[in-house]
Amino acid sequence: MLITTSTTEMPTAGYGAAFLRALKSFALLRESWVGMVGTFLILFWILVAVFAPWLAPFDPNASIQPFAKPGMEAAKISGTFWLGTDHIGRDILSRVIWGSRTVLIYAPLATLCAYTVGILMGLAAGYRGGWVDDVLSRIADIILSFPVLVLYIIIIATIGASGINIIIAITFASSPGIMRIVRGLTLDLRNRDYVAAAQTRGESDWRVMIVEILPNARGPLIVDACLRLGYVIITIGVLGFLGLGLPPPDPDWGGMVNETRQMAMAFPHMTIFPCIAISSLILGFNLLADGLREISLRD
Amino acid sequence: MNKDQAPVLICKDLCISYYTRAGEIPAVVDFSLTVKPGETIGIVGESGCGKSTVAMAIMQYMGANGGIKSGSITFKGRDLTQLSERELRSIRGAEIAMIYQEPFASLNPSLKIKTQLMEVPLAHENISKDEARQRAAQMLSDVNLPDPERMMESYPHQLSGGQQQRVVIAMGLLSNPSLLLLDEPTTALDVTVEAGIVKLVADISKKFGTSQIYISHNLGLILETCDRVFVMYSGEVVEEGTIDSLFTWPKHPYTHGLFACIPLPTADKNAAPLKPIRGQLPLPFERPQGCYYHPRCDHFKPGLCDLERFKMVHVENSAADHRVRCLRYKEIDHHREVPGGEAKEAIELGKRVLKVNGMKKYYEVRDSSLRALFAGKRIRQVKANEELNFTAREGETVAIVGESGCGKSTFAKVLMGLETSTAGEVRHNGKEISEVAVRDRSAKQISSLQMVFQNPFDTLNPSHSIGGQISRVIKKFGVETDKKKIFDRVMSLLDTVKLPRDFYFRKPRQLSGGQKQRIGIARAFAGNPSMVIADEPVSALDVSVAAAVTELLMDIQREHKTTLLFISHDLSVVRYLSDRIVVMYLGHILERGTTEDIFAPPYHPYTEALLSAVPIADPEVTKREIVLEGNLPSAMKPPKGCPFCTRCHRRIGDICDNDLPPEQFVVDRHIIKCHISLEKLCLVLPVITVPDVSERLHVEQRE
Repeated sequence: MLITTSTTEMPTAGYGAAFLRALKSFALLRESWVGMVGTFLILFWILVAVFAPWLAPFDPNASIQPFAKPGMEAAKISGTFWLGTDHIGRDILSRVIWGSRTVLIYAPLATLCAYTVGILMGLAAGYRGGWVDDVLSRIADIILSFPVLVLYIIIIATIGASGINIIIAITFASSPGIMRIVRGLTLDLRNRDYVAAAQTRGESDWRVMIVEILPNARGPLIVDACLRLGYVIITIGVLGFLGLGLPPPDPDWGGMVNETRQMAMAFPHMTIFPCIAISSLILGFNLLADGLREISLRD
Repeated sequence: MNKDQAPVLICKDLCISYYTRAGEIPAVVDFSLTVKPGETIGIVGESGCGKSTVAMAIMQYMGANGGIKSGSITFKGRDLTQLSERELRSIRGAEIAMIYQEPFASLNPSLKIKTQLMEVPLAHENISKDEARQRAAQMLSDVNLPDPERMMESYPHQLSGGQQQRVVIAMGLLSNPSLLLLDEPTTALDVTVEAGIVKLVADISKKFGTSQIYISHNLGLILETCDRVFVMYSGEVVEEGTIDSLFTWPKHPYTHGLFACIPLPTADKNAAPLKPIRGQLPLPFERPQGCYYHPRCDHFKPGLCDLERFKMVHVENSAADHRVRCLRYKEIDHHREVPGGEAKEAIELGKRVLKVNGMKKYYEVRDSSLRALFAGKRIRQVKANEELNFTAREGETVAIVGESGCGKSTFAKVLMGLETSTAGEVRHNGKEISEVAVRDRSAKQISSLQMVFQNPFDTLNPSHSIGGQISRVIKKFGVETDKKKIFDRVMSLLDTVKLPRDFYFRKPRQLSGGQKQRIGIARAFAGNPSMVIADEPVSALDVSVAAAVTELLMDIQREHKTTLLFISHDLSVVRYLSDRIVVMYLGHILERGTTEDIFAPPYHPYTEALLSAVPIADPEVTKREIVLEGNLPSAMKPPKGCPFCTRCHRRIGDICDNDLPPEQFVVDRHIIKCHISLEKLCLVLPVITVPDVSERLHVEQRE
């Protein structure tokens, strides 16, 4: 066995190194073209959301000129409605651009909340077992046995439509699914020797769960998170379509489809463009999830 | 054996490569082998040396990324590398059969044994179902399975591991193949079960005339089953010969190194310790120039060994087919060397550290069947540990020996505080700990009793760096509190386990199995424990790595005067390193005493069988053969009397079935739990006979 006599320095701030490592593992994604396409779609919408004020040609909530076709010149002011306007004269391009902000703020936030709750429940159920597992699993079963849509309608109708309430509803409806995944992974991981080693040095339960078990479950969870972000975007769209999304007039892709669906036959551009926006973003997340899975399976 | 017949299989200059993202990886280079009818060939080597690849190549079942680069495999006159997939399919299973390591993975859990066995002749021959059934039943009784008719109707999960492996062997033999490939067929089994399978494998060629290729990492098993042996290192054969010539006069330094790594009956932990091979197996794409073994070889000569690759040469003055791949084999005088490593001082035993007094651990199992409800016995007890008594002193190594399910791990759990005992007491440093869960123990108590785990791939958390994991232990036990001091302590621990200091920043996946196990040891010793429990710490490692880890563990023990509680099923390792042995069976201690007491008569009949089951890689050591019948009884329904009565070869009558045997004191601290009187047990002949040094063959050669 080689023994190096050189003195090893104490580790200093490890954030730079950690960032580099994250970049490096991201670079692995280059080997999956599916994952790359997904990443580009997502990055595109993130950039759009970040630079919305500069990209949007008009105020998204201003009524300018109703029923304009795509590519039509504005009558009174200088400018072109590249994607046309809706029935009350708001520029669709601007609304789609601003709408990306809504989706990209609420969808990750809601997913994060759902994951926090789901992971904590799953860890507790899987690690503790016994009555904790029984109680948590039965609660999850009950929630999962409801049709999701009905559940959303009940929740939002009861507590009212607002950004926070959307997050609460999504957390309530999707954390049981996450809990089941985490519980399954925990059941397997808790029998590993390193968990026994932590137990025999007297670590607290929460430390064992969060420091020893959770990081090793991250692979399947990251893939699931990407897929679930897609579902959450669909959900936000559906809620908007049902009129349970963000209260008007702020732009919201689902809401845009809902407001113009009766005119969809005569003025298809009003409905189609927000639909394309929604599906391209969801496609991005699904492709990214596929790419991640492909890479994680390869090694 | 008919030596005149044409060979069954000829592999000539075989080169096999795998193609991966990193490029072409040569797995096996320049491999030549001839198998005659009825002959058993052993291939021995450490993991990654290409022995399984050879077997897969013979089956022509390489997977998508493997391929034969050059050379030929001729089976009964046909070149297998040239055959179509269809022709191969008619050969596989019918003429060449393969038996894998894990029997439960080789059988389909949802089909009856009957269906799976009958499938073999039905697929390859044009016979009726009745005939296939008859042949299957006949084959089951040929592989010594009791009650073949009942076996035929069972599902795999209803059989024990040993029975499953017998079924798999029967399946392999059913179409009467000319060649049987066995890839570590007993690794997943208990020692006493292994002994039975080994005996069966050794009888196959006599009974059926089948040629066999037996792949194993265990030289002792090869000795018991094979006629000729090939030693592989890093993808090439380094030495081949008949069992007699190779085991008595090994020529290649690597073969020698392997023998110095296994605890033979002549090794002694103080006088003649094991001598691990230094360095590591080179990765396939980092093989050195010239002889692959030269960086690890003690007889390396620059300018000769590191220039170019060379062929196998015939060993002068030895059997006709003893060949070696070494340029200097004639110059190396292996007898000059001390057989083992440097002698070390024995540790002085100190005060009593552990006292186990009548410790019991019962688990409660809820039985929800209707019958249990009517009988009013809803809760049944599984007696995992029954009345354990023994002591351990400072600096002493106490081994707990037993097969799976004997309760040794349960006992470790109680000691560590992961479970609490049902009755009795366990005193560690005078304090009662058997009823104190780990949560309620003080940091000092926890740190003074630590554990080294079995599976090197599981013992470290893959998500955290090595440094972080050791630091955590130091911080948790309050050995040091200052960040700088913790760091220094981790560094000194890495030095202790002889690993480079920059391993601090590595993740476990960048380490080999042996290195991981070293970190596991460093972690256990981080809190200066007075007692360490080692649960089969080397059973998953290769021989040369295992020797290094064993020596390391004992060096640290010497230095810290730690009491070591060594849990194992391998009696040869146990004999080598322990001072005292506790033999357990179904939760009972059947015999305990010093190592010399255990290895000499009087024996408990179970100890006797265990000793006989240990494969010993020394052709001059003779063993009395005792093969146990039957299986380990379930812990849910243990026998009423002596726990061993169902399998005992010295059963004396109903008293064994009905009464728990008394503890008989042979001498102080040597106790046998058996109904047979001590006088009679004393008359039993020794199981293992080691010839005196002066009577040995290779000594004569020196003069």
